[in-house]
Amino acid sequence: MTETLPSPVVNADSAPYWQGAREGRLLIRRCDACGQTHFMPRHLCPACWSADLRWVEATGRGTVHSFTIIRRAPLAAFAPRVPYVVALIDLEEGPRMMANILGDDALDTAIGDAVAVCFEDRGEGAAVPQFRRAGGRG
Amino acid sequence: MSETSLRNRVAIVGVGESDIGKVPGMTGLGLNAQAAKRALDDAGLKPSDIDGLLTAYSFTEPYFMLGSVLCEYLGLQPRFNASLVVGGATPAVMLKHAAEAIVAGQAEVVLVTAGENRATGQSRDQAVAALTAVGHPYFEQPYGSSIPGFYAMIARRHMLEYGTTREQMAEVAATTRRHALLHPNAHMKAPLTREQVLAAKPIADPLGMLDCCLISDAGGAFIVTSAERAADLRAKPAYLLGIGEFHTHEHIMCAPSLTEFGATRSGAAAYRMAGLGPADIDVAELYDCFSIVPIIEAEELGLCPRGEGGRYWLDGRAAIGGGAVPVNTHGGMLSHAHAGAAGGLFGIVEAVRQLRGGLGARQVEGAEIALVHNEGGILSSHCTMLLGKDKA
Ligand SMILES: [Zn+2]
Repeated sequence: MTETLPSPVVNADSAPYWQGAREGRLLIRRCDACGQTHFMPRHLCPACWSADLRWVEATGRGTVHSFTIIRRAPLAAFAPRVPYVVALIDLEEGPRMMANILGDDALDTAIGDAVAVCFEDRGEGAAVPQFRRAGGRG
Repeated sequence: MSETSLRNRVAIVGVGESDIGKVPGMTGLGLNAQAAKRALDDAGLKPSDIDGLLTAYSFTEPYFMLGSVLCEYLGLQPRFNASLVVGGATPAVMLKHAAEAIVAGQAEVVLVTAGENRATGQSRDQAVAALTAVGHPYFEQPYGSSIPGFYAMIARRHMLEYGTTREQMAEVAATTRRHALLHPNAHMKAPLTREQVLAAKPIADPLGMLDCCLISDAGGAFIVTSAERAADLRAKPAYLLGIGEFHTHEHIMCAPSLTEFGATRSGAAAYRMAGLGPADIDVAELYDCFSIVPIIEAEELGLCPRGEGGRYWLDGRAAIGGGAVPVNTHGGMLSHAHAGAAGGLFGIVEAVRQLRGGLGARQVEGAEIALVHNEGGILSSHCTMLLGKDKA
């Protein structure tokens, strides 16, 4: 039996984020009080504690801050995908997030690579943000 | 309000290790109890002397209030008790809390324990799956991330910024194995070469299986009391000279940096309290859940300049008799034991033993001041302590 990849878990902090992913949009939080953007979504700004936040659509462009190639999957659902890349992506807007690097050339990933967001289906219309190498160094 | 110094106020007066390795005949609580009994015997105290207990957490046994559960199991009714969870930093943080309680008059003799039956209490797949839970449930776990993967990303960044090599990381595992072979109770009994570490099964590039800590059945314990009472007890006390903690994040995606962590701040607080610096350290027991970690900690705690941690091992300076500050003289979590919070606790046990002396080939000659560092999460929570054979 093949286990399916995990679906997003939606909660009050993250519902618009995951709805955005369903629509192919990467949404991040920006603070209207101090102007900082942050990841992950929260009830208040971690920089100034203002709750005056808005959702903004990120460009989806970023660079690889670091990455690893997973050779032993931690969960059975990911075993068929081994080897795969887990990376920390610095978004153009500033925040850092985790994702896989997908695509035929994913295993060639290097620190500093420019990447662009894509969305991976996780069943019943749900999707998670992922990234592909965009060519060049950010 | 100024900080109340804990310097010279308390001492560790008893240490104990359970049987270590694969110990199928014992539960996690049993391992804690065995270690506690040995620590109490070491101190020459009786169970009725204990009026405080601190313990950590368990992935293998389904108890909620683990401190109270352990008191119940041990037949203790203390006036001070808690279970703390700051991951691998927990043992050092427990010492700090114990010291604060003793200085505040809230307890006089505190038993600190940690341990789990991680090797036999669960399957290897269960162990790996349980550890996956350390990743952020909503924003990291959906990507098949793993703890080795998180530390691998830190290692890769260190390699890029400072030229650290896989060979240098492999030497961490090889050096600590040589130390473990000098320890009668270490989980690992066979020699290990750098070449074997480099050839081991890849887990998460650039880390292989032998860059990763053990999964052991193990419990550890120590007894803390006031410096005054310590003077009357059987064992040579190890005085707490300085201790500090610092916390920067929990999940790696929120880490302020992948190369600079909170150990610098926790170490500075410990040094300041003790009135000591890195040049005063005779032996260091660092957290080594993965081979890259003690490299970074050696840098942050001032045993070597930033970026030179890898060379510290490859040049042999971390070895007993290597001419610098020997690190992880018991074999660390890579070769002595790792079972939940017990992994870091064994560094405290070893530091106390080094200060007492008489360890034969494992003994660091003239050890008078020991540094112990525990970290939890993904280099997220840090606690550094300085212990002394004498008061500072
Ligand atoms: Zn703000």
